[in-house]
Amino acid sequence: MEFNVNSTFLYVVAAAVILFVLAQSVFFLVRAYRRGKQLGMSAKKLRSVVFSTSIFTIAPAISILLGVVTLSKFLGIPLPWIRMSVIGALTYELPAAKSAASALGIELSQTITDPATYSTVAWVMTLGILPSIILPPILMKKIKGGMLKVKNKDKKWGDIFMSSLFLGMISAFLGVVFADVRSGLPGFIPLFVLLVSAAIMGICGLLIKKLGWKWLETYALSISMVGALVFAVLISPVITG
Amino acid sequence: MNDYIKKTDKYGKIWIWTAAIVIVMVPVAICIAYNAWPPIIPLLKGLFGVAPMFWTVGVIEVITYTPMLGVGGTYLGFVTGNITSIKAPAALNAMQNLGVDADSEEGEVVSTIAIATSSIVTTIIIATGVALLTLIAPILDSPTLQPAFENILPALFGGLGVVYISKNWKLALAPLVFMVALFLIAPGLADAVGVLVPVGIIIALAAGRIMYKKGWI
Repeated sequence: MEFNVNSTFLYVVAAAVILFVLAQSVFFLVRAYRRGKQLGMSAKKLRSVVFSTSIFTIAPAISILLGVVTLSKFLGIPLPWIRMSVIGALTYELPAAKSAASALGIELSQTITDPATYSTVAWVMTLGILPSIILPPILMKKIKGGMLKVKNKDKKWGDIFMSSLFLGMISAFLGVVFADVRSGLPGFIPLFVLLVSAAIMGICGLLIKKLGWKWLETYALSISMVGALVFAVLISPVITG
Repeated sequence: MNDYIKKTDKYGKIWIWTAAIVIVMVPVAICIAYNAWPPIIPLLKGLFGVAPMFWTVGVIEVITYTPMLGVGGTYLGFVTGNITSIKAPAALNAMQNLGVDADSEEGEVVSTIAIATSSIVTTIIIATGVALLTLIAPILDSPTLQPAFENILPALFGGLGVVYISKNWKLALAPLVFMVALFLIAPGLADAVGVLVPVGIIIALAAGRIMYKKGWI
């Protein structure tokens, strides 16, 4: 078979992988939805989770698509499509592709035409990410058992423990916006974006509490995120000149 | 573990091991179809360039996110990826909106629904984008939109942060101050923010334990 980064064969492989991922997602969605109803959760509430998550996912998903566009310049469309739909993220895939290319003594500046180079890149991308998929089934029992032990021993501490997990993660991603502030005004853009998002969320919270706009709960995170992204698009050219 | 979670664990393991095989079969299929097996030394060299960092991050992410995402959410989230930028925020937001705890069965259900929905939506958007790539690539590549794509995480965590911090501001103080100071002192660590998540968690846990013992929270 003649090699081409955008061959029909590679598209068929990609489509098969994507269908597998979709099947797994639908399987878990249907099971969880049915269980939610058995637990007495209303269909309206469960549907609101589906709806609000769908809206919220659109903007980050488009940024992932941008990753496919970036990688497609060297790897064609099917391989980046697979990698960005299964486990991958651009922050991993691009360095992995570059590392494989540099080990072969080539530069990733144009579309790969050599099948051996392509297969090396595909293997490095795959093997590099494999622990993320192998470890959850191995560690699940230990992690869940540990959490249960903490909760059973002291319920209040168990709740604080759980909140600490969330806040530890959130703190890291809030703190990182300060990384570039010492480089000058353009370095403040992520901080400004974060503050605008927080302010919009604060306003949504007030509207929900004071005016009883419960429906806004479903959209609040999406509104604050999109509002902050629009702000980023408007403010960046002004700041960077 | 109750019956539902036990079964979720069983099905989850079947799906995730199958996913591991499917993922490995991609480069195998490429090698067989084009009779192009990778040269072993460059393959190991290339792998060595990324594996130490990404395997470490992989271990950290699994330990950190599994308690937050629940059983079903973890098995699904780690196959579909983008845990930090989509799956974990989606699960947290959904559980927050419905007022359910992450370690309750309701939390397990809501987290799984959120992660499954975001996986489906992401997959559909990427597939649609791939189908229309020649049309939309110039828009995605346009310099006007770049600031939006560069600021997805601040835009996401600003909104999410305000909800969680306002509920637990005492608990949030120590990790937040530490992280802000750390990134001001060592901006180069920004690329390793994923590795620093467990550091933030340890600080939050230590501060939380002290405040809990003193009766401040």
